[in-house]
Amino acid sequence: MRTCKVGDTLPPLVKPAITTRQLVMYAGASGDFNPIHYDEAFARGGGFPSVIAHGMLSMAFFGQLVGDWVGPAAVRKLSARFKAVTFPGDVITCTGEVVALAEEAGRPVAVLKLLAKNPAGTVTLEGSATVALD
Amino acid sequence: MQRFLTSACRCPILRGIVDSSSRYSSAIGRQSEPVTYTVEAGHIQRFAEAVGDANPIYADEAAARAAGHSRIPAPPTFVAALRPRDPREGLDIDWKKLLHGEQELTFHRPVYAGDRLTLVQRIADASVKSGKSGDMDLLTLETLASDDHGAPVYTARSLIVIRR
Repeated sequence: MRTCKVGDTLPPLVKPAITTRQLVMYAGASGDFNPIHYDEAFARGGGFPSVIAHGMLSMAFFGQLVGDWVGPAAVRKLSARFKAVTFPGDVITCTGEVVALAEEAGRPVAVLKLLAKNPAGTVTLEGSATVALD
Repeated sequence: MQRFLTSACRCPILRGIVDSSSRYSSAIGRQSEPVTYTVEAGHIQRFAEAVGDANPIYADEAAARAAGHSRIPAPPTFVAALRPRDPREGLDIDWKKLLHGEQELTFHRPVYAGDRLTLVQRIADASVKSGKSGDMDLLTLETLASDDHGAPVYTARSLIVIRR
């Protein structure tokens, strides 16, 4: 059983710079083929300076952060709010902090607050996770 | 749901919902045809590669077992790659104006390679939000995945924003 207390932080996850190649790989793996994620002309037509990353790719980084800490099978809930767009070249850093300890269905859980930031310090994604500790 | 959106949620996108009458109101409750998938180990591996998650439990069954899993587990957001049929078909939606506002995944149990899952997506809510740049339509889509015994495996709720 994992022990932790409110205020504990997860080891931060610093991702390599996102590439358009990665967005194509994510499109194929996820089935999200919106051209805004790989077609420059299409993205510019939508008012963006370049293609933009899938929001769910950033949420997957949350999954990696939490999965590294407690294992994917312990995740009871994972949620995210998409706050700002992410572009190829962005280095995304994900952080997490234990904000509450509770019991769910008689099992101990921790509630985590999660943040993803780009190099400018802008929060691109904020979210939370509930993970089983037993 | 309305209460969740307006009070429990701190997202600025959702503050200031003033009108719950949506032109999509009549679509609330619409449900997609079910679709059944078998979760494939190779699909999990490709997903983890795309994310850049090098944890060996997603690629190697021995590593997964050594970490205490009975089979290769899915990364938490892998379920986004299992796509339900779309209950929005036929609705008047400008797909270029769509934004993904929020996503929530609730796991009733972990997902593993080899699982057979049946997905149904329904339009759980529709409302209107007034913002600086005008009104926006909000749709909440809820996907329920269940196993062959009908037991729920996960629920995925997406908040979709449609700019007008």
